[in-house]
Amino acid sequence: MRDTRTNRILFQIGAILFALIVTTLVLSLAGAQPFAAYKYIMLGAVGSWDVVSNVLVSWVPLLLATSGLLVTFTVGLWNIGIEGQITLGAIFTTWAMRLLQDSGWNPSLILVIAVLAGMLGGTLWALLAGALKTFGGVNEIFGGLGLNFVATALNIWLIFGPWKRPGVASMSGTLPFDRSLWMPIAAGSSRLTPATLVIAIVGIIAVYATIEGTYFGLKLKAVGRNPKSAYILGIPTWQHMMASFAICGVFAGLAGAVQVTAVYHRLIPSISSGYGYLGLMVAMLVGYKASLAAPVALFFAALNVGSIQLPIILKLDSSLAGVLQGTLVLFVILGQGVRTKLLKKTKVSS
Amino acid sequence: MNNSALVTSIAGVLAAAAPILFAVIGETISERAGVLNLSMNGMILLSAMGSFAVALATGSVVLGFLAGAAIGALVSLIVAFASLTLLQSQVAVGFVLALLCRDLSYFLGNPIMGKVGPRISQVPIPGFERIPVLGTIFFRQDVMTYLSFILIVLAWFFIFRTRPGLILRGVGERPAAAYIRGANVNRLRYLYAVIGGAIAGLAGPIYSLSVKAGWKGTISGLDGIGWIVLSITIFGGWKPFRAAFGAYLFAFLQWLGLVLQPSLPSVPSQVLQVAPFPLMILSLLLVNIGNAEWVDRSLSRLPENVRRDIAKVLRAMNATPPAALGVPFEKE
Repeated sequence: MRDTRTNRILFQIGAILFALIVTTLVLSLAGAQPFAAYKYIMLGAVGSWDVVSNVLVSWVPLLLATSGLLVTFTVGLWNIGIEGQITLGAIFTTWAMRLLQDSGWNPSLILVIAVLAGMLGGTLWALLAGALKTFGGVNEIFGGLGLNFVATALNIWLIFGPWKRPGVASMSGTLPFDRSLWMPIAAGSSRLTPATLVIAIVGIIAVYATIEGTYFGLKLKAVGRNPKSAYILGIPTWQHMMASFAICGVFAGLAGAVQVTAVYHRLIPSISSGYGYLGLMVAMLVGYKASLAAPVALFFAALNVGSIQLPIILKLDSSLAGVLQGTLVLFVILGQGVRTKLLKKTKVSS
Repeated sequence: MNNSALVTSIAGVLAAAAPILFAVIGETISERAGVLNLSMNGMILLSAMGSFAVALATGSVVLGFLAGAAIGALVSLIVAFASLTLLQSQVAVGFVLALLCRDLSYFLGNPIMGKVGPRISQVPIPGFERIPVLGTIFFRQDVMTYLSFILIVLAWFFIFRTRPGLILRGVGERPAAAYIRGANVNRLRYLYAVIGGAIAGLAGPIYSLSVKAGWKGTISGLDGIGWIVLSITIFGGWKPFRAAFGAYLFAFLQWLGLVLQPSLPSVPSQVLQVAPFPLMILSLLLVNIGNAEWVDRSLSRLPENVRRDIAKVLRAMNATPPAALGVPFEKE
């Protein structure tokens, strides 16, 4: 077998088919009618302008998380701590909004400051994971996981403690902000905010341009490929790792800020909505390359939104979206392995 | 709190630590052979759900436990196949499986949510159970808790006192050397990954058929345990007794969170429940910091006797992973 574009695409299609087969088996195992489930997911994602705009609403934070992760993956880091970084972004955003909401300042100015605060929060949390790795020798996966739990605890403490709703604190989160402090919503839509769409699209383009088109990006790649030789060639390794953590933190913080200012308009216990972990899946699926991240993230967002109605219509759990996404990524990884194996075999025998 | 309540609580902590112990020992065996099984969090959820479903359908807890072990073995087999045969990243495959198995357990477990099913009960050991204090703590537990005590000793004995254990360590530490001495590195890695997975898979049924009987979906309170297991494996320095200490410490801290709750009304219960997690990071920092270069550098500036004492403490806490953990082995 030769290394051609055609057989690479064939393997991807094979992975999709396998994922569909396994998911169909899982659905039959659950006693459901697979095709009805697929039909309702599709209708739930593209059936009306309203659900399409919901897909876009969930695409924005997912794409932001993925964009950040592409940078940490470029230097070979597994930033699992991104969930906590999103949460900290949301917390800092809420904090800034609470401080400024009664100041009488221009709402747009308050929103800008709040989003910047969110970026700062995400960055600080990411740098903490980076410092644990660089100066404490704690693997970023385990340091990051621990920090995720700490971020969740901090978030819940704020919601039930200092920032609780007047009266009874509850899992529904803090008191919603005044409508004037919401990100402006597009005409004719209930939730879509054009400003955040622009931020996400500019973000992924910036990441693509940085990694593929700048000297800095080249150095990040060098560190990712082989930290030792990069160091010998004069690229300060840990500084580049910290820089990539910081960049990922900026994006994660942005995602958190979007969740607060454009989606929930308050702080809720599960404010990160799992977008960090889902972003890791998207990044793996696109082979850590920025060029395909936007459409794949859109597809994942569509699956998530499409499955929201499943419990009501078919009495199926909405985690079906996760099953489909997980099997897809799993089979793409397995397919890659099989393909490399076959390529190597050909090389040896020829 | 009076004495008998304290004794009962200690017995409770030992029982609560049993599933964590199984998972940690299983992961330790797998990682000793060089296979990092990052899927733990999803795997425990899936085996908890699957074993409860089997026990519910058949009425047999034994079949439930077997199902739990089988699920653990199967998930580990996927990790092993993807990494050992297909040479893909263990972290990537493990992480995907962690999420996939979690979602699978929520999806497939939906119909059995909240149902009441069979569970194992305590089996007091005649004679011993009457010993004051110790009887309640050690001899009025269920079968799996007894087995968890035995497992610690057994795992230690196997890894450090037997010849296959020596080879197991060699496979994870210096696979090339083990290969030259006649060990089939990849076959052994498969073997120990699957055995470790089966042992860790028992953590699921210990939860769903005993410690937290039943299946409650997202509110089972099991999501997150697997990540803690992976941290405790590091904290344990890949040694069974130290790992056991980590598991008991974690169970103790969780219990402490529950006990302290009434006296700290301003702190939401959810915060106390996660309190052990930051402590886990701190402990990871402590066991790893001895490896950091700047520590060596700053230590070298201190007077000799102080330096030696600090270095001794750091070395005692230090844990170094198996050298070939996650590294594929290929014959040249």
